[in-house]
Amino acid sequence: MAEELNPMAKTLGESLRQSGVSRRGFLKFCSATASMMALPPTMVSAVADSLEKAKRPSVIWLSFQECTGCTESLTRSHSPTVENLIFDYVSLDYHHTLQVASGNAAEAAREAAMHDNEGNYLVVVDGSIPLGNPGFSTIAGISNLQMLEETVAGAAAVVAVGSCAAFGGLPHAKPNPTGAVSVSEIVKDKPVVNVSGCPPIPTVITGVLAHFLTFGSLPELDSLGRPMVFFGKSIHDRCYRRPFYDKGLFAETFDDEGARKGWCLFRLGCKGPMTYNACATTKWNQGASWPVEAGHGCLGCSEPDFWDTGGFYNALSIPDSDVIRNAAYVAGAGVALGAAAGALNRRKQSKAASEHETVTIDDLDKRS
Amino acid sequence: MSTPVDFLLWVRGPGFDIALVVFLIGVVIRLLEVLILGRKPDFAEPRGAELGAGLRTLVTRTLPEQGSFRRSPFTVVGGYIWHIGFFISLFLFIPHIELINATIGLSWPGIASNLVDAVAAVTIVTLVAMLFSRMSHPVKRYLSGPEDYLTWVVTILPMITGYLAYHRMIDPYPLALGLHILSVEILMVVFPFTKLMHAFTFFIARWYNGAMAGRRGVQS
Repeated sequence: MAEELNPMAKTLGESLRQSGVSRRGFLKFCSATASMMALPPTMVSAVADSLEKAKRPSVIWLSFQECTGCTESLTRSHSPTVENLIFDYVSLDYHHTLQVASGNAAEAAREAAMHDNEGNYLVVVDGSIPLGNPGFSTIAGISNLQMLEETVAGAAAVVAVGSCAAFGGLPHAKPNPTGAVSVSEIVKDKPVVNVSGCPPIPTVITGVLAHFLTFGSLPELDSLGRPMVFFGKSIHDRCYRRPFYDKGLFAETFDDEGARKGWCLFRLGCKGPMTYNACATTKWNQGASWPVEAGHGCLGCSEPDFWDTGGFYNALSIPDSDVIRNAAYVAGAGVALGAAAGALNRRKQSKAASEHETVTIDDLDKRS
Repeated sequence: MSTPVDFLLWVRGPGFDIALVVFLIGVVIRLLEVLILGRKPDFAEPRGAELGAGLRTLVTRTLPEQGSFRRSPFTVVGGYIWHIGFFISLFLFIPHIELINATIGLSWPGIASNLVDAVAAVTIVTLVAMLFSRMSHPVKRYLSGPEDYLTWVVTILPMITGYLAYHRMIDPYPLALGLHILSVEILMVVFPFTKLMHAFTFFIARWYNGAMAGRRGVQS
């Protein structure tokens, strides 16, 4: 009875069995997780062992300047799958959108979770934090900055979900009216994992949580704090349209022959070359498709400042200006200046010719 | 310019415009200066045609000459390798063709990216070897001034930054791409005011040598 009242006491294996997940289903999930995290097959049993015995970690989910798209992505896209069950069996003690409690009761739940799991709970953040004015975004009268600092103080680690939490995202886009910053700009003394994307791929967040449950640590991260296993390769390098790029076959518009034949979308502004994410391999909606497969270039949503990369439909390396017009003006100016310089030189030349004195050997003899 | 993306936007925006202005104005002025100055009229009766000899010399002076090949094979072979490699990297790499097509509307077929990659690696190694030879050979060193080293640097920089960007060896990618574009802009700015102008003037010089000899009825 006491066990039922305290969900923390139940292991993940017990919880899953109680929900009717078979051993086969559980092991299937473990194999998928291991391969997703690029672990060798021999690690599957270790993953299963650890997950079986893992206690449900307390998770506090803080939502700041965000659109709830990340939560939508995580709760809906893969539902119902074993990954989702894993997500369910994390003790999600505080989450605006999903929790039943509201007002003081909700805040009390957060405080209780922090108190009961001091030093062991995970903080998941979606949304950026406004530093311009604390009043720009508050929850229960507490500013985002204050709530983040307070909550993170006793956390084991922080997972910044979505590009807003990871890099500032849309609120951080120019001119950044709220002075929005990312989680890692505030949290310096705790490990922070950035699971960027607008929204991020659901499997990536469950993968990070599974890694934490399995190894008790966070996965290897890239230079932007993102898990290497998911963000180690660019969209461009993993894109199935890449052979067309290498052959120079590009779609010019969204409905031309090239587009119908599935050619590369670089000219239509695809940001695949600068974007690191797992979309090309993991795909979306249970592996149904992903933006490039659907015929639209990558927006680069998992990269910092992706809103400010000079337009979603402008190719990455192509100059913005009208080069032919500029070149024509500039060449015109060059011709004028060149003609002037030429005229000066000619004048100098003819002056030298007219001032040329004929000298005889006798003259030279006289001078010396 | 606080972020790598801002940097990329600057180099492909105002940075490129500035480089284009300096490059085009510089090249046009220097070419016009040469052409407008002209030559003294030659009143002697021509003994042959200028055109054919001029065009022929354009080709013959571009091919290796036996004497200099025997005297300094490394300079000749190395020079060919890196010039050809540079041209392949610049004009046959598909993203470059794509850039040219998007800006001025001209397009031609490219070659496989991994082939260009290999060519670029050979070009970089050859350029380094050429510098080594320039610095270690007593005569070459004596003949070299600061301008020679400057032109070497601005020539190899786009090759190196391009190689690093292609292999994603600079992180993050917008910085890698930005540095590559910037290095090309530096090349464009330096170009008209150094001996890099030979890329345009060698046509004039070789044609003139041939035409002059042709007019006099002698072999050039």
